[in-house]
Amino acid sequence: MLATIAFLIPLPPLAAFAVILLFTRRHRALSTAVAVGMLALSVCGALIVAAGALRTADLAGNPIAESIPWIPGAADGSGAIRIGVWVDGLTVLTLCFVAVTLFAIFIYSIGYHNFGAPEGRQDVPGLPPHGSTAGGDARRVPSVEPLYTRFFAFISLFAFGMLLLVLSDNLATLFIGWEVMGLCSYLLIGFWFARERARRAAVKAFLVTRIGDVLMLLGLALCWQFSRSLSLREILDPENLARMAAATSGVPGLSAAGLTALLLLAGTIGKSAQWPLHIWLPDAMEGPTPVSALIHAATMVSAGVYLLLRTAPLLSAAGAPATDAAAFVGAFTALLAAAIALAQTDIKRVLAYSTISQLGYMVAAAGIGAYTAAAFHLAMHAFFKGLLFLGAGSVIHGVDHGAMHEGRETDTQDMRVMGGLAGRMPVTFAAFLAGGLSLAGFPLLTAGFWSKDEILAAAWNTSTAVFIVLAAAALLTAFYTARQIALVFLGRPRSAAAAHAAEPSRWMLAPIAVLAVFAVTAGWAGIPDNFPILGGVIPNGIERLLHPAAQPLSSAAVANLMETRQPICCILAAPEKTPFSYAALMVSFLVSLGGLLLGWLVYRRYQAEQKDPLERLLGPAFGFLQAGCRFDDLYRILFAVPARWIADVVVSDWIDRRILDGALHAAGRAAGGVGRLLRNGIDLPLINGAADRIAGGTRRAGAELRSLQSGRVQEYLLIGLLVFTACGAALVWRMLN
Amino acid sequence: MENVELIVTDFILDHLLSLILWTPALAAALLFLLPGRERILKAFAIGASLVPLVLSVILWAAYDGAAAGFQFEERLTWYAAIGSDYHLAADGLSIPLVLLTTLITPLALVVAANVREPRPGPAVAGRGKARIFLALFLLLETGMLGVFLSMDLLLFFIFWEVGLVPMFFLIQQWGGEKRDYAALKFLLYTMGASLGFLLAIQVIRLAAGSFDLPSLYASWPALAEGTLFGLPLSTVKALAFWGLTIAFAVKVPLWPFHTWLPDAHTEAPTAGSMILAGVLLKLGGYGFIRLVLPLFPDEIGQFAPALAVLAVAAIVLGALAAWSQNDFKRLVAYSSVNHMGFVILGVAAAALAGAETAAGSFALRGAVLQMFTHGLSAAGMFLLVGALYDRTHTRDLEELGGLFPRAPVYGGILIFTAMASLGLPGLGGFVSEVMVILGSWRVFPLLTGIAMIGLFFTGAYILKAIGKVLHGALPKRWKDASLEIGLRERLAMAPLMILLLAIGVWPVWILKMIGTAMR
Repeated sequence: MLATIAFLIPLPPLAAFAVILLFTRRHRALSTAVAVGMLALSVCGALIVAAGALRTADLAGNPIAESIPWIPGAADGSGAIRIGVWVDGLTVLTLCFVAVTLFAIFIYSIGYHNFGAPEGRQDVPGLPPHGSTAGGDARRVPSVEPLYTRFFAFISLFAFGMLLLVLSDNLATLFIGWEVMGLCSYLLIGFWFARERARRAAVKAFLVTRIGDVLMLLGLALCWQFSRSLSLREILDPENLARMAAATSGVPGLSAAGLTALLLLAGTIGKSAQWPLHIWLPDAMEGPTPVSALIHAATMVSAGVYLLLRTAPLLSAAGAPATDAAAFVGAFTALLAAAIALAQTDIKRVLAYSTISQLGYMVAAAGIGAYTAAAFHLAMHAFFKGLLFLGAGSVIHGVDHGAMHEGRETDTQDMRVMGGLAGRMPVTFAAFLAGGLSLAGFPLLTAGFWSKDEILAAAWNTSTAVFIVLAAAALLTAFYTARQIALVFLGRPRSAAAAHAAEPSRWMLAPIAVLAVFAVTAGWAGIPDNFPILGGVIPNGIERLLHPAAQPLSSAAVANLMETRQPICCILAAPEKTPFSYAALMVSFLVSLGGLLLGWLVYRRYQAEQKDPLERLLGPAFGFLQAGCRFDDLYRILFAVPARWIADVVVSDWIDRRILDGALHAAGRAAGGVGRLLRNGIDLPLINGAADRIAGGTRRAGAELRSLQSGRVQEYLLIGLLVFTACGAALVWRMLN
Repeated sequence: MENVELIVTDFILDHLLSLILWTPALAAALLFLLPGRERILKAFAIGASLVPLVLSVILWAAYDGAAAGFQFEERLTWYAAIGSDYHLAADGLSIPLVLLTTLITPLALVVAANVREPRPGPAVAGRGKARIFLALFLLLETGMLGVFLSMDLLLFFIFWEVGLVPMFFLIQQWGGEKRDYAALKFLLYTMGASLGFLLAIQVIRLAAGSFDLPSLYASWPALAEGTLFGLPLSTVKALAFWGLTIAFAVKVPLWPFHTWLPDAHTEAPTAGSMILAGVLLKLGGYGFIRLVLPLFPDEIGQFAPALAVLAVAAIVLGALAAWSQNDFKRLVAYSSVNHMGFVILGVAAAALAGAETAAGSFALRGAVLQMFTHGLSAAGMFLLVGALYDRTHTRDLEELGGLFPRAPVYGGILIFTAMASLGLPGLGGFVSEVMVILGSWRVFPLLTGIAMIGLFFTGAYILKAIGKVLHGALPKRWKDASLEIGLRERLAMAPLMILLLAIGVWPVWILKMIGTAMR
């Protein structure tokens, strides 16, 4: 029963997508109702399944699972691919935070796209609405998004992709969900497609993630090669993992398990925007802000980390090269992106880099084996980062309102022209503050503290290098968060638009408020039992959910399990409980509070037109950071330009046009000669007969070329048939003799 | 009454393949008896082309999957003197391709709007042109179906050549600016390659004493002793192998025999391009699987790596070439080189791994499915390119752009079809490509890895096309143009899109059919 419901969960939003595009696209209210109603169905299903799963005594041993055949195997049935659902602790956790954020952001989008507002006379599809002067008012008022219903269709399709991915028990449908989300991301980044920047950003996002996707596809091929299946249960079967860990991969120093884990990690790096494929996410901010919140912060980008956690036993079995790569990439990305975020001036780009950085924490955590901590942070991050983006959208909306009120064009995303919004938008400010503190890891109170602290504690116990890097990144995180809050909300308004900003509609405020509650309190469900004083006051639900077997699945453990032949049913493996350390906790406190304080001190008195204080401190390095460390330029020179050159010059011009066609034309010019040569040179009678046909064909072609302008098709047909018949007759005659 | 019905049903089922095969040819002849109004002619041609479609669906339904093998056999002594029979049969390999042919032909006829004005100039005799266009089209259908249904090598060859002539005229009479060059290139290239084909079937006939495919399957691969014209049989076999391989490689087309394709596809009229990309290229892939794989297992096993290298070259270089095009139609044309590379990669992998292994079975079924799904998506893409050209009279991507608001439905359909072509999971192309990749990874890991570069650039050229047509700012000249896709084109796109989605979501039904041929 529960399995059937789990099967059905992703489908209502898909239906909504189809219904809106095919039938209700002209009716805004109806389309909204369809999208939200269908999502509500899915959310109910998700809650029923989650509740059922939580009541299951031994969820790890008895996950809710069911599958059906999808691609038949070979004649003997081997290699068949089955698809189905799999609900265990990780699924439940992910399903819950996905359902909450999806629903909140659907509601928020209604307000964000100005549902109920008049249509703007100058608005065109493909550009954000300019506002309307309807109603006799001389001032502009917000106007409804021209492609309002299309937006809901797209995010419904997106919801389908995400839910499908989360519930999959196999890499086939997981990959389908993965790519469907990629398509939605492309379509929604390019939602205002008439802007050149949006068009470029959409293509960039799709292509950069596609690098990871094609590598991931090879990872799927490797999985299939060994387990003859794409089911996670069979891939992660210890026997299979042991086989993969023992097999060579063809790459020196890498087992088959290692190569597979690295290829899947490449998929994660693309989807979760990790260095070196992180460059698409900041540009993805061209999309409407609900999209940034939903796809590029809370859900889709976390799919990469989810994949890593879902296949955690494989990563463990793969051992050092793969886990080290994950730890390095994650930690480096966390620090790099946090540093870049320091210098951003666009309110959304700060958050984009912050997302990259936080995802780096999770990848690094997976690399050091702290899977539970990574999953915990994944969920908490979805809440507080979704909230921050919604808050940012609210700020942009508010400033936009102010700009319209004043009748001037302002860059409504530039934090330098904001300031003082705390007074104008108190609800947004409070919520943003909650999200920001959670992101900065404000001790004890916020969700972000508990999850980040768990990662730091795990790093403290496993790898000093990772710990130092992540702690430094945490300091920067707290600093840029304080900078952002100070620049946007504190001080005095630095533009007329900011001075007249107004709180947005309730459609937008309600979801923000809900997420704010989650961003603070959700973390309390994961307080470690061994934490002084607070530990055990609230039972550690996260731990219980994700930590069923509590056994690290190292290569040795796999071999061990092989001997005992125990079926391993928990897909999520986790290391031993992290011992508590005061030193790690002190560092955690220090970087968070220190960063926040420092940021507040430096930016609380920021003046309009003033040089950024950091710029004075860092000099040219600031510009370098502001430009995202110039990775875009680097890749353009290293990859984009050479690829263009190869495609345009080498392949199209040289190979196809000059060499291949050139040879062909030369042959064509010599056709008559070749015909004679064939006839005289090769004395096999059969070939002789064939050569006659070539000569005949050439002659005929020549004749046709001459009379091409006559246009008498009947004649050609006749000639063609005649020649054809003659050839056939010659052939028959040859054979009879 | 019931008796009559029974007799009719029996007759149809007994002669199903002949009916499918000859209905279009018969209709082509009947066209010349009809009055000259174009509307009547077209309606008749479309109606006639629906008959084989319905019969193909019956064929699919009536095929006994449990029994597998060749069914609906028809055999008549045709040319006893040389031992060639009129021998037709269908199996799980040919039935999907027959359905593809009989499906795309009516769809192409539906959108063939401008048949009345083939080529400007004083010499045009406007009257009667539509008649010939439609007749050629139906003849072409018979030619292609004949290849898929023939169980006799000579018959196979004749139908192979029959398909060539109408296509030549379709390009040369109704084509674009460089039609003469393109048509001649197409004709000479394919004809030249057919020489090897002709040679091959003759030496097979002389060495094995038969044109009959089922009996050759049994005897020819085992044949090891003997000489022909003083040549040892191994040499003869190698000769025949290369003759067939090159003929089919040109048709597929395999790199480096592909340069006829962009010209022919670009210059052909929309309906012609649909058939070219949708069906004609599949003749090559079909030839590989029907003739080369079973008849020359040793030879193809030996040369499979070389074939795989060329296939990967087609995948990668085809994608790169497509990416560098600024002519929308040429871009789509090059995409065929890219996609058909997967067919040959699958064939090569199956040849090396053995079609009965899991890897080989996946690769080969993937290759067949790829032919089917590429047929659907390529025909759809050419239809859409043609629809746009009819309204804008340009195919230059630099002149287009920002058309989405002017043509939202067209845009949606274009994105859907382009994504199917890109291999987006959930649509048909993904299933076939992933099956080929899973299968060939086992055999050619490095080459499969390199093929991923091609898969990446598939994304690049598809997004380039979508971006340059639909996205960006709307140029002034299209501000008031009416660009939305018409009802007729929507009707023609619908079955293609439904099938692409059906295969992508639930591939079992078609893979079961294909699987029966792989036992």
